[in-house]
Amino acid sequence: MADLDTFRAETRAWLEANCPAEMRTPMRSEKDACWGGRHFQFQSPAQKQWLDVMASRGWTVPDWPREYGGGGLSPAESKVLKEEMAALGCRPPLTSFGISMLGPALLKYGTEEQKKKYLTEIARGEIRWCQGYSEPGAGSDLAGLQTKAEDKGDHYLVNGQKVWTSYADQADWIFCLVRTSSESKHGGISFLLFDMESPGVSTKPILLISGNSPFCETFFDDVKVPKDQLVGEENKGWDVAKYLLGHEREMISGMGLGGERQALGATVGEVDPLLRAEIAAFDVDAIAFAAMSERFIDQLKAGEAHPAMPSMMKYAGTELNKRRHELIMAAGGSDALEWDSERSKGGKAARDWLRTKANSIEGGTSEIQLGIVAKHILRLPGA
Amino acid sequence: MMTLTDDQRMLQDTVRPFMAEEGAIKEQLRHWRDTGCTDGYGTALWKQFAELGLTGILIPERQGGAGLGVVEAGLVLEEIGRNLTPSPFLTTAVAAVRALEGSAQAERWFPGILAGETVAALAVDEGRHHDPAGIALEAKRQGNGFVLNGAKQFVVHGNSADVILIAARTAGSAGETDGLTLFAVEKGAGGLDVDTATLADSSKAARLAFDNVAVDADAVVGEVDGGWAPLSRALNAGRAGAASELVGVAAGASEMTFEYLKQRKQFGKLIGEYQVLQHRAAHLYGEIEIARAAALKAAQLLDAGDPRAELMTSVAKAKAAKSAALAVQEGVQMHGGIGMTDEHDIGLYMKREAVLSELFGGPRYHAGRVAELSGY
Repeated sequence: MADLDTFRAETRAWLEANCPAEMRTPMRSEKDACWGGRHFQFQSPAQKQWLDVMASRGWTVPDWPREYGGGGLSPAESKVLKEEMAALGCRPPLTSFGISMLGPALLKYGTEEQKKKYLTEIARGEIRWCQGYSEPGAGSDLAGLQTKAEDKGDHYLVNGQKVWTSYADQADWIFCLVRTSSESKHGGISFLLFDMESPGVSTKPILLISGNSPFCETFFDDVKVPKDQLVGEENKGWDVAKYLLGHEREMISGMGLGGERQALGATVGEVDPLLRAEIAAFDVDAIAFAAMSERFIDQLKAGEAHPAMPSMMKYAGTELNKRRHELIMAAGGSDALEWDSERSKGGKAARDWLRTKANSIEGGTSEIQLGIVAKHILRLPGA
Repeated sequence: MMTLTDDQRMLQDTVRPFMAEEGAIKEQLRHWRDTGCTDGYGTALWKQFAELGLTGILIPERQGGAGLGVVEAGLVLEEIGRNLTPSPFLTTAVAAVRALEGSAQAERWFPGILAGETVAALAVDEGRHHDPAGIALEAKRQGNGFVLNGAKQFVVHGNSADVILIAARTAGSAGETDGLTLFAVEKGAGGLDVDTATLADSSKAARLAFDNVAVDADAVVGEVDGGWAPLSRALNAGRAGAASELVGVAAGASEMTFEYLKQRKQFGKLIGEYQVLQHRAAHLYGEIEIARAAALKAAQLLDAGDPRAELMTSVAKAKAAKSAALAVQEGVQMHGGIGMTDEHDIGLYMKREAVLSELFGGPRYHAGRVAELSGY
C-alpha cells in the first residue's frame, strides 16, 4: 500500500508537470479525441505534445509490457494512473481501436515479431487501425462471412466486401476476418492484418440517419497479403475474433459513461415533475452502472470476471446510453429538434441521439448479447 | 478495489454454508411462521450468530466486537437474503449498533448484543412512507428527563426488542433535520403501547403509541437536538445493509428460477430453451449484478467515511429494490402456477422483497434523494 501511495504521489507530480493545460480541459466532442495514425491532423501543438510525452513513458497503454511500448504497470497502478488523470481532468492522450481491440488480441495470439512491430506502433499512435468484421450477408451471424483469402504460396489473395467498417476511410491498417476454408463455418475463418494502402483496397463512407458517416463499406479486389500478417493459425481466426469482440464490447459498454461524472438531472435544466422522476430513476441506474463498470474492470484484471459479464456490460451500457439520449431529447423539447442551426450547435442533441441507436447494434446487437449471457448463466444441456 | 479481500472471502466462505444450513427457509422462516412464533425469528439462531461473532460485526474491537465494516455486514446480509433467514441482524447489529456507537448508551447495550441476548429496533417512520426529516413525535423536557408523545410505525422487531431507538423532535418543526433527538427507550416503559403487526413476509413490526412516556436524560443517544447525526449513521448503514439483503433475495430467487428453466419441459422442450425466457433471464442477471456492485460501492464509501456515501447509499437502496422486484416478479411468472402456491418457496421471496424494499425508504424515496443530492 505504501508503494502505491508513493506511486500515486509521483504520478500526480509527473502529470502536473507534463500534461499541457489545454489537455486538462473537457473534450467538447468526439472530434477532440486524438486517434493518431499517418494522416492524423493534430488540433493543436498541445495535443501532439501530450501524446508524445505519454507515449514515451508507455502510458498510452499503461498496462502493456514495456518491451511493446507499454508502461508495464500493475492493475493497481493502472487504476491509480486513471484516477489521477481523472482528478486532474487530463484527456486520454490517444484513443484507438489498436489500443482497445487489436492490442489485447495480439498480446494473446500474436507472434513475438508481430507484437514488437504492431503493438509498438499502436502505443506510439503511429498507425490507426480499423476493424473488418461485418459483411453485407454476415451481421449478427458474423461467422457466415464470405470474404475469401486464397493461399498463393507466400501470400493470400483477398477478395470480398466488408461493411460498417468504422473510420475505414481514415485508417492506415485493417484487422480483418477472412474465409480460408469453406469446409467449416467457424473453423474456416482466419485473422489477417494488412495495409489499407495495399493495391485493391477501396472504401466508401455510409451516410447514417444522424447525417454523419463514421462507418464505411470496404472493398477488396485481389489484395495481396503476406503470410506473416496472419494472426494465430490459419482457420483458427474465430478464437482471435471472439477474444477481440470481448474487448470491443467492454469499450462500447463504457461509452455511455465516458468521463460523465455528473448526474443527468443536473445538466438538463428545468423540467416537469414527471420527467424529473424519470430522470432520477435513470440516474439511479446510471450511477449503479458506473459502480458495476468499476467492479467489472477490477474483476477482469483479477481474472475473476464471470464469462457472461462482457456481454452483460455491453448490453446494459448501450441500452442505458440510448435511454440517456431519449431523456435529453425529452428535456430539450423543440429546441432539441433543430438540425443545423448555430443555436443547436448544428443539431448536436438530435444527431447524438440518433448516433446512440447504433450502440445496441454495433459490436453485436443487444439480442445477440442477451443470447450469449443466457448461454453462460443457464448452461443448458447441449447448448 | 471492488473485488473482495482474502479476509472478506473467508467471512463469506464461513457465512454462506452456515446460513444455507442453519438459516434455511424450512428450518427458520417456515418453521417459525407455521408454529406461530411471536418474535418471528428464532432466538437460538441469534445466539449462533453471536457465537460466530456476527452480532458484533460492527462493534469496535476495543468494545469486544469484530470491528469490521458495512462491506462485511453486507456479505452476511446477502446470505441472509438468499435464505430469507429471519433474524434481528439488520436492525440490531447494523442499524442500532451504528446509532449507538461512540455514545454512553453503547456501554449499556453492546455486551448484550455481543452475547446474542439483546435485540434492538429503530423507530423512525410515523406515516406509511419513510420521511425521517418529517419526524413529529414530541419529546418535551420534564425535570431531569423528557416526556414522549406521538406514534411510530413499521418498527421492525419492535415487539421483541429490549431497547428501541426512538427518533423524536425536541426542537424545530417537521421537515427540519435540526432539532431531532435519538432516545434509547427500554422495553416495558410506562405509557408505551406496542401493537404488533405480522407483515406479509411473516416478520413482525410494531406500531408504537407514546402516551406521556417518561425517560431519563441519559436515555439520549448523542446530543439533544443533534439526533440527525446518529440517526443518519443508522439509516445509511441500514439502507446499505438492506440493499445487500435485497441483492441476496434477488440472487436466491433468480437462482431458483434459472434452475426451474432447466427442469421444466413444455411442448417437448425445456422452457429455458425458448429465447423469450432466455432474454428475460439474461436481463435479470445483469440487473442483479449491477445492484450488487452498487451495494458494494455504497458500503465501501461508508466504511471509508467518504462524503459520496450519502448519494451512493440511496442509489444502492433504490437499485437493489428495483432489481429484486424484477427478480421476484419474473421468478413467480416463470414458475407459472406452482409459483403461486404456498408450498413453493419462490413466493416467499416476493413477500420478503416487498418489506425490504419499503424499509428505510422505498425506491422512489431514494431516487428523489438522488435527485436532491445531485442538485436538481
